[in-house]
Amino acid sequence: MFSAQRIPNPNLDNTVRPSPDPEQSMTTDTPAPGDTINGGVALVRALEREGVDVVFGLPGGATLPIYDPILDSSMRHILVRHEQGAGHMAQGYAHATGRPGVALVTSGPGATNIVTPLCDAHIDSVPMVCITGQVPYAAIGTDAFQECDTTGITMAVTKHNFLVTEAADIPRIVHEAFHIATTGRPGPVLIDIPKDIVDANNPRSAMQWYEARDSDMELPGYRPAGTGDPDAVRAATELIRDAVRPVLYVGGGILKARAAEVLLEFAELTGIPVVTTLMARGAFPDSHELCLGMPGMHGNYTAVSALQESDLLVSLGARFDDRVTGRLDGFAPDAKIVHVDIDEAEIGKVRKVDVGVRGDAKLVIEALIECTKEMGVESQAERGAWRSTLSGWQERFPMFYEQSQPGDLLKPQYVIEQLRDSNPADTIVASGVGQHQMYASQYWKFDHPYTWINSGGLGTMGFSIPAAIGAKVGMPDRRVWAIDGDGCFQMTAQELVTASVSKIPIKVALLNNGYLGMVRQWQDLFYDERFSGVELGPDVPNYVKWSEAMGCAAIRVDSPEEVAPAIAEANEINDRPVVVEFRTDPRENVFPMVPSGRTNSDVVVHPAQRGE
Amino acid sequence: MPHNRFHTIVTTVENKPGVLARVAGLFSRRGFNIESLAVAPTDDESFSRITFTVDVESAPLEQVVKQLDKLINVVNIRELDPQSSVDRELMLVTVEVEEGHRSTVLELVDEFRAYVLNENQREMMLSLAARPARLDEFEELLRPYGIVELQRTGRVALPSLEEKS
Ligand SMILES: Cc1ncc(C[n+]2csc(CCOP(=O)(O)OP(=O)(O)O)c2C)c(N)n1
Ligand SMILES: [Mg+2]
Repeated sequence: MFSAQRIPNPNLDNTVRPSPDPEQSMTTDTPAPGDTINGGVALVRALEREGVDVVFGLPGGATLPIYDPILDSSMRHILVRHEQGAGHMAQGYAHATGRPGVALVTSGPGATNIVTPLCDAHIDSVPMVCITGQVPYAAIGTDAFQECDTTGITMAVTKHNFLVTEAADIPRIVHEAFHIATTGRPGPVLIDIPKDIVDANNPRSAMQWYEARDSDMELPGYRPAGTGDPDAVRAATELIRDAVRPVLYVGGGILKARAAEVLLEFAELTGIPVVTTLMARGAFPDSHELCLGMPGMHGNYTAVSALQESDLLVSLGARFDDRVTGRLDGFAPDAKIVHVDIDEAEIGKVRKVDVGVRGDAKLVIEALIECTKEMGVESQAERGAWRSTLSGWQERFPMFYEQSQPGDLLKPQYVIEQLRDSNPADTIVASGVGQHQMYASQYWKFDHPYTWINSGGLGTMGFSIPAAIGAKVGMPDRRVWAIDGDGCFQMTAQELVTASVSKIPIKVALLNNGYLGMVRQWQDLFYDERFSGVELGPDVPNYVKWSEAMGCAAIRVDSPEEVAPAIAEANEINDRPVVVEFRTDPRENVFPMVPSGRTNSDVVVHPAQRGE
Repeated sequence: MPHNRFHTIVTTVENKPGVLARVAGLFSRRGFNIESLAVAPTDDESFSRITFTVDVESAPLEQVVKQLDKLINVVNIRELDPQSSVDRELMLVTVEVEEGHRSTVLELVDEFRAYVLNENQREMMLSLAARPARLDEFEELLRPYGIVELQRTGRVALPSLEEKS
């Protein structure tokens, strides 16, 4: 019923990128089942069997015995400069490939340094497995050197964690960890391994090798959801059929379920418009005529208002985050809710639902498609008025910023537009957190799934550079741009050393506004322009020299004419990372904006679009 | 009545280190207090039963219960409705019995079907297994004599048996 132009999808990407065949990538000394080996070798072999091709890590006393067998492994080890980097790289790798990222860090400070990425992966449902060294089993609880209660500390920021007490458990627990990380609602799983059970010189490390299989797993309490309840699917389909102002509210779960293709089919079948949340950018092509773009605090006017005015929200793998709903008691007051989620605890958590369907998003959407076809596509309600309302809004309130006057500093939005227009559509973009993140999400055109990587739930400054590195490692043939702020850059820039040394040629667009811009914006708008603790200054550090010192090519851009040539130059450099520093206007604020504590009806557009 | 805010949750969990901390953590992160807690292995030693009572509004409780169910080590979880379940708790209490109070305390022991476990000239240790409200009553009646020490186990509960035809 809807003739939409199909976006060509070159090799992209509804399947998880296949991992190397474990049988091909065996270590030279492959143990046979029953062979007596040590726990360290068993760990490395078990990781290889899970298809792990790369490990991001940094060694220490407690992981020395694991690092020895890694030398003989086919797995690539990437030596990071800070364990937070290892965690975000594992996340970036997972976001881009769909396969779990793996980080390996030592006990104590190694483990505490990776708590932030674990929390980030937990809230954004990113599959990763983190292995931490631990002091010898007998020393646990004695305040031994570099001991910390890693499983205690990470309990609340992982989907699950394990303390391994016997070498013989290693293959089984590794298999369980990957199973838990990648099934159901994905998430980070941590395995804490005491040194003695992996140390070849310790008799406690001796174990008989076995290849752990699904039947070896001991997880009686773990039952990830599969297909949705057919009655609920039918009830949902009826609500959808009868709705006159429906919106498909699409969240990151669609990407986790590899459901972008069936989503496109469902949207085209029903003709229902789609919003993609910050976590779901690219899950539905921005250039599709049914796409309304991003809703939420900095969403565009039409997406924000479509949710607000709808009579039915079909939430697909989204979780009614406060950045999307605005003030909850005024959110989408007329909307009935269909909530599809793999996680029972999400359904009805924030907003009461009319129909909840617990299940894998891809399977549930397939069932919705089937059910819609059974009912007859022609029975869909008439939605012409809704479509013209939406296109009226789009015409009246497009994304807008004022171009800079000659001699002014660059507009950050202009930089993003230029980047967008000078890179292929399948370029992977990893962003930091702040104004630059919002500009990137707003002004890039995402037409392919798995091309947008960001820290949505936790909002972790410093995410972009390591995440971009992880993505590039997982997708070496794709161009990867990190879009970063000056504040974020200073948090994790040292991973550019990792990128240089390990030959991971990412590109960094550094939007240097000399401020912690997003905080400045709030002080500008809500604290009477009393700027407190937000000024970084644009000149120190010297980003070009710093980047060059880290082995990168570096370019500084001050004026609009230089933007496109600098990007072109950066795109020519593929033997090392490149940093392009754009000097941008600190006075620029992100619009539209739903001020916190207000409803989506109070969305504030750019000053120049206001009034009448 | 504040009492209808009390909810009894029964979970079957894997009998492994750290599981209780995981369960308790989901309550503490929200600032919910666990009023009463009882943990022991079930008839199958690889599983434990955790029974706890919390003083929480129903809506947030439903959310916590769903999150508990997500814990990998939690096998099963349900809320027991007081109308259709039986609960018991055990109390040990040492009470002063000087100045001729021995016989009145023994009368209470009789009335409540408690037991005397241990005694000397000045003190008596009693045990009572009953409904938690009944323990409250017993405790109140003993208080005037002087409670030296008191320990309750936390309630355990099972669903009531249905009529079999
Ligand atoms: C680790 C961390 N600390 C603090 C914050 C709060 N915060 C959010 S955005 C922001 C400013 C980011 O500055 P910058 O990287 O320069 O980006 P800009 O907003 O200027 O584009 C801050 C401090 C955060 N999100 N993460
Ligand atoms: Mg900044």
